[in-house]
Amino acid sequence: MSALETVYQANTQTEPAMIELKGISKEFVKPSGDVHSVLQGINLQIPKGEFVSIVGPTGCGKSTTLSLIAGFEPPTQGKVYISGQKLEGTNQRAACVFQTENAFPWKTVMDNVSLGLRLRGKNKAEANDEARKWIARVGLKDFEGHYPSQLSGGMRKRVALAQCLIVQPEILLMDEPFSALDVHTRHLMEDELLRIWEETSASVFFITHDLEEAIALSDRVIVLTAGPGARVKGDYRIDLPRPRNVAEISFDPAFMRIHQQIWQDLRDEVIISYENANKFSS
Amino acid sequence: MKMQINSVVSPASREVVSRKAELKREALKLRARNLSLQLAVFVVLTGSWQFLSSNKIIDPFFFSSPFDIVKHIWTWAVNGTTAGPLWLQFWVTFEETILSFILGGVFGIIFGYALGVNELLSVILGPYIKMINAIPRVVLVPIFILWFGLGMPSKVASGLVLTFFIVFFNAFQGVREVDRNLVNNARLLGASKGQLARHVIIPSALTWILSSLHSSFGFALIGAVVGEFIGATHGLGYLIAQSQGAFDTTGVFAGMLILSVTALIADWGVSKLEKRFIAWRYVRK
Ligand SMILES: Nc1ncnc2c1ncn2[C@@H]1O[C@H](COP(=O)(O)OP(=O)(O)OP(=O)(O)O)[C@@H](O)[C@H]1O
Ligand SMILES: [Mg+2]
Repeated sequence: MSALETVYQANTQTEPAMIELKGISKEFVKPSGDVHSVLQGINLQIPKGEFVSIVGPTGCGKSTTLSLIAGFEPPTQGKVYISGQKLEGTNQRAACVFQTENAFPWKTVMDNVSLGLRLRGKNKAEANDEARKWIARVGLKDFEGHYPSQLSGGMRKRVALAQCLIVQPEILLMDEPFSALDVHTRHLMEDELLRIWEETSASVFFITHDLEEAIALSDRVIVLTAGPGARVKGDYRIDLPRPRNVAEISFDPAFMRIHQQIWQDLRDEVIISYENANKFSS
Repeated sequence: MKMQINSVVSPASREVVSRKAELKREALKLRARNLSLQLAVFVVLTGSWQFLSSNKIIDPFFFSSPFDIVKHIWTWAVNGTTAGPLWLQFWVTFEETILSFILGGVFGIIFGYALGVNELLSVILGPYIKMINAIPRVVLVPIFILWFGLGMPSKVASGLVLTFFIVFFNAFQGVREVDRNLVNNARLLGASKGQLARHVIIPSALTWILSSLHSSFGFALIGAVVGEFIGATHGLGYLIAQSQGAFDTTGVFAGMLILSVTALIADWGVSKLEKRFIAWRYVRK
């Protein structure tokens, strides 16, 4: 077994992991009354400052996992620990870029970005100064006074990013944040994200459909099995050197090797998921 | 080099300016057209009414005529009505309407919000509210007059029950329709319960509430006028009832005209309010 292939072992430091999922299962009750099991027996540890991506076929439960870590809903079984403390209610140490929409349509870009600081009791002038920096950082300098409806989809994603980063969260949750962007903008934003992340010590939980993106960004890629009852299928360490250039790293032979390995895992699950979908629909 | 840039930029910017002026002209033209068409409809309708009535094709006793109606309002304004000066009748009705509009709106928003955010409360009270809502509220007016007398309180109560339910259901729906993601996002960013209401739930529900205010002003007016119609000593509704009792069709129409102008002005006011409070919906690049 090469170093790349080894299934990641939870490090045995004394410091508790930033995020820990212990024996997590999540079930939903369908309208018909049947129980739909989404996640089953998930165990996962994410140390402080680690960038972890999670991939898996559509509908396998990636967003559900995220909402458990964010504390939007409790797991059916098992517990979520944040820095060794059991999570109750909303996770106050996290910020999240949602799969759909972050920006409040009735607030300008400035008010959207400064919101986190305002909610935490900072006065308006200070919050706005700070927000101005972040708005510039995500390249929206001339759009401070615009409402989200006046921005493009990509620009709204940048607002979302600035809105999260301004509160300097210890945990950054991202649900397919860049999937709606064109390749070029996407690479720019990915690079910017990596740069910002390297300055902070945030743990990142990054959901994506795109395996290349996952590998290019992460310290670790986790593959979920197809639902129902998704489990962790593979847990891969990505030992590519940092700082990375997202646009070019995919030409690296090491990158290709890793990609091939993970893809084998992922492809099987995608096929199973596709077959399940066809079985249910026919 | 500089020359070249200038020669490239300035015609372009000149074109932008002329394009802007052109757009403005087009918008103005469109407005003028709409306004003149609206005016044309008015002229045709009142003109043919006047024509039919003056030529006795329709009976002026039952149908009156625009000219007579205006004259009647003028007489009321100058000589006063059977219940006192005209402005007083108008003022009484207006006061009742505004009061019931405000009270109905405030109660509607408070209850709608409370039930919208509180699952238990909405489950418990839901059937009762549906039941009360199913009652044709106009039948309550005589009861209010029995309870509160001929004066203002009974009219305000009538207008209030009419407006309350409209605003209530809209506020309730508005609170329910709030995007879960946005609520979750605000929570993560550290919003307390009060902050959540201020930054997310109320702004989101405001669209619904303000659109309900349009129709609810009309209903407040209906409540007040119906109340006056059934039992009162002042007000436009009372005036209409009096005219009707004297077989004075022109008087009835005159009262109606004043009412509809009032409603039109109120609607314009609510639209202004709407533009101000939900500006984010109206700004476009
Ligand atoms: N609130 C809910 N009630 C019932 N079922 C739900 C609920 N939320 C999610 N599910 C189900 O859980 C499963 C996983 O959903 P989830 O959104 O986590 O998938 P995902 O992996 O994020 O998919 P995608 O990649 O398409 O975003 C789906 O089958 C979905 O139908
Ligand atoms: Mg998802």
